[in-house]
Amino acid sequence: MFVRVLQKSLVLLLTSATLAGCNAVVLHPAGDVALQQRNLVVVSTLMMLLIILPVMALTLIFAWRYRHSNTKAVYKPDWHHSTQLELVIWSAPLLIIIALGALTWVGTHMLDPYRPIDRLEAGRAVPKGTKPLNVQVVALDWKWLFIYPDYGIATVNELAAPIDVPINFKITSSTVMNSFFVPALAGQIYAMPAMETQLHAVINRTGEYEGFSANYSGAGFSDMRFAFHGMSAADFERWVAAIKAGGGTLEREDYLKLDRPSVRDPVQHYASVAANLYDAILNLCVDKTKMCVHDMMAIDARGGLGLAAAYNISRLSYDLPRTRSDAPAPRREYVTALCAADPDPIAGSTSRPLVSSALASPLPNGASVRFAP
Amino acid sequence: MTHHDLMRFLFGRLSLDAIPYQEPILVWTFVGVAIVGAAVFGYITYKRAWIYLYKEWFCSIDHKKIGVMYLVLGLVMLLRGFSDAILMRIQQAIAFGGSTGYLEPHHYDQIFTAHGVIMIFFVAMPLITGLMNYVVPLQIGARDVAFPFLNNFSFWMTTAGAMLVMASLFIGEFARTGWLAYPPLSGIAYSPDVGVDYYIWSLQIAGIGTLLSGVNILATIIKMRAPGMTLMRMPIFTWTALCTNVLIVAAFPVLTAVLVLLSLDRYAGMDFFSNDFGGNAMMYVNLIWIWGHPEVYILILPVFGVFSEVVSTFSGKRLFGYASMVYATIVITILSYLVWLHHFFTMGSGASVNSFFGITTMIISIPTGAKMFNWLFTMYHGRIRFELPMLWTMGFMITFVVGGMTGVLLAVPPADFVLHNSLFLVAHFHNVIIGGVVFGAFAGITYWFPKATGFQLDPFWGKLSFWFWFSGFWFAFTPLYVLGLMGVTRRMGHFDDPSLQIWFRIAAFGALLIFLGIISFIVQLVVSIRNREALRDLTGDPWNGRTLEWSTSSPPPEYNFAFTPHVFDQDAWWDMKTRGSERPTTGFKPIHMPKSTSAGLVLAVLSAICGFGLIWHIWWMAIVGFVSVIATAIFHTFNTDRDFHIPAEEVVRVEDQRSRLLAHQV
Repeated sequence: MFVRVLQKSLVLLLTSATLAGCNAVVLHPAGDVALQQRNLVVVSTLMMLLIILPVMALTLIFAWRYRHSNTKAVYKPDWHHSTQLELVIWSAPLLIIIALGALTWVGTHMLDPYRPIDRLEAGRAVPKGTKPLNVQVVALDWKWLFIYPDYGIATVNELAAPIDVPINFKITSSTVMNSFFVPALAGQIYAMPAMETQLHAVINRTGEYEGFSANYSGAGFSDMRFAFHGMSAADFERWVAAIKAGGGTLEREDYLKLDRPSVRDPVQHYASVAANLYDAILNLCVDKTKMCVHDMMAIDARGGLGLAAAYNISRLSYDLPRTRSDAPAPRREYVTALCAADPDPIAGSTSRPLVSSALASPLPNGASVRFAP
Repeated sequence: MTHHDLMRFLFGRLSLDAIPYQEPILVWTFVGVAIVGAAVFGYITYKRAWIYLYKEWFCSIDHKKIGVMYLVLGLVMLLRGFSDAILMRIQQAIAFGGSTGYLEPHHYDQIFTAHGVIMIFFVAMPLITGLMNYVVPLQIGARDVAFPFLNNFSFWMTTAGAMLVMASLFIGEFARTGWLAYPPLSGIAYSPDVGVDYYIWSLQIAGIGTLLSGVNILATIIKMRAPGMTLMRMPIFTWTALCTNVLIVAAFPVLTAVLVLLSLDRYAGMDFFSNDFGGNAMMYVNLIWIWGHPEVYILILPVFGVFSEVVSTFSGKRLFGYASMVYATIVITILSYLVWLHHFFTMGSGASVNSFFGITTMIISIPTGAKMFNWLFTMYHGRIRFELPMLWTMGFMITFVVGGMTGVLLAVPPADFVLHNSLFLVAHFHNVIIGGVVFGAFAGITYWFPKATGFQLDPFWGKLSFWFWFSGFWFAFTPLYVLGLMGVTRRMGHFDDPSLQIWFRIAAFGALLIFLGIISFIVQLVVSIRNREALRDLTGDPWNGRTLEWSTSSPPPEYNFAFTPHVFDQDAWWDMKTRGSERPTTGFKPIHMPKSTSAGLVLAVLSAICGFGLIWHIWWMAIVGFVSVIATAIFHTFNTDRDFHIPAEEVVRVEDQRSRLLAHQV
């Protein structure tokens, strides 16, 4: 108990004493996860200062005391070993690191971004049966798309959430690596194309906070910012309702337009979102001529397509058509269809035809795709 | 063949559009570089020094001259890297509110990438390689390194890489990706221009130099120590050099491999790291940091060695806890391979993986802390002379502990989630690199300068330089720590929040102070060279040193030692002095030495041509360059005229001259 009080007062002292004047959001966050991360920052710093401050003091004291002109100080040119001292200088940092390591192990597991939160604030567990808010986050060149699957709405460069409700983020990117970061809410996590990361957090105070990409992603990176609104439950419902009433749809074609590089996009709202849009984004197949990553992986897991895979070259080329070059994309030649003379590229095999969702559209020229058993 | 095809064949992607004459900053930079270059060229021509430079320096395989050339390269490139820093600090100090500053993203993004690449690969690496090259053979009582020709070749390959980076300033552009060029951003789709290719080939060419130099110094330390110098009697700087070169030999091939994979993506349409066909950028990030983390220890370990030598010499005391120092160095060497993931906790590995790498990172602070205490207790009961090298060391001890502390803080994954990629991180690694590597390089340069030249450095300008650097560092980077806590991320070209501006202005002021520090250092060199007669040191041992390099003359003769010394103690020269051992003055024999060659320079120039061809897709040039590199290397193997003997009379003459000087001195 005493330790907790001491820790709390030290945290308060340090955070208020330093940077009182400026808006140090990392030290004064508004969400419980960021707050716990802040506490870890402060406690670790204090623990290390236990050893850093004496070292700095000793450096100055020794430098002064044993200066050349001070002939009164003891001079022992051959003194170079002391087992007791060696024990101390190895074990003192060791002890600090053992303590810090324990703190790290526990803290890392408790604050794992993949772990659903179990408290809203210190001493306030998440009430049973609470429905978390789901948000799907997509980093685009150079703006943020937020899809709210629970409400069927989407926004660009604006994020809102009711206070004291757990938020489950699923995060991906359209082209290159970004990092999704709202310092007031919780620590960052990378947004990566064709991959999904997760973040669980909660916002405890209403207000407008800054969010941005924390990982450089190209020319428009500096403007890749959005506002995050912490709202009361009623305000949030009104916000959702206003978006629903406002109209605007985000169909696949709309998304493909939105996906093109642009800078300083205004806030946009969409009252409806294409079904499974986020999954299609994550699998790089919003454009229906592309094969979804999960289908590709399913095919690979069963041994690949063999010769017929040549059909897939253009269907799996995602990056090059969207080159950032001013010049037109370098011409590359693709096989989009094999010669139709033999309708079955794996003729003679005894394999059974695959009935699969892997291929959304039929292959050209009536070719069928088979897997070797 | 149409005209267009012909031009394409001859020049690849290169055209007049690649010259950035529409960018006034670059045009003026070019004018400045051209004027300075012409002045230097003219001066050398006026002095008729070209043949001297070519024969005595460029083709020299004397480890001392190569060491000096590495240091010159590092200092020249420091000017370039620092210019980038100043440009960034000014941009961030003025680009607020509606203003986007004076640098477009296209230009600004190149600058921060070039700054990082140049400072690590072409400033820090040459500085520490230069120190190791110069000092290690002298400290172990050897006459040269194990592979003298390779040493010259390594230096020129590093220089060739640096020249390619410099060429990107005026021909085309440099990468706009950040210094580690993470894909998919650095892939051909999102970086279609030549910038990333400049990045790849300059690092590949310089990397060959670094790797070979690592092999070379490693072999030198293992095989060429003077009789009696057991491993546990090696000077501590040599120990750290040994560990650093182990790291180089083990880590640089990983960099080479990962850059090959990236090149295959970019040149051959492969998809290791793209989004196509199941490519995965996370592999690149892992691989590059498996090289990248050992790299920071490659930089810091030798300067730990420098500080150990300096503290012990200027405290007039044997190093406290030599064995503990050695084991700490070895532990750091091993652990540096087990921490790479801490550079990307935020990639979303599980909690157990993140904790593992967080805790291994923290464990490194234990041996590092032990080192810090060892230096402290070396000062304890000492008689400390605050000469320039000691001043840099004191600055290091005060500065580096703060960088170490913020480093351990960043190793706590949940803390890293809020500080990663922020200016706090930027402040942290500048804290350890400036406070550690740069201060260490200056400590080393000022410490061994009289050894290399035979005269002392002017202390006034040196002290001025130190205080400018020291205060400049704190002015420049304390605001960045604060800004990081305010949630400000790195690599931003402009800002909306006007309340941040004051901090960036303070940081810019700090950069100005560092600029004055660099100027003072240059003035110090000039003043010292002009006053060299007054600053002359005839003893060869101006600091009352402890290790073998101080036993020979300053500058040392070509053969370093007329007789290979016998070592009985870890502070071999101190031991000789206290036992009153006499310098031998008779019985000299001819000395077998390696011969200079131009092969290294030629190979490096050809490699740079090959690299330039690859960058611009001028395939004939790349092929010609590559084939001639191979041909020259094979041709060089037939060169049997590689060694000569310094006649005994010459040795006698040099040694007698030294005897006269020493007698005169006493």
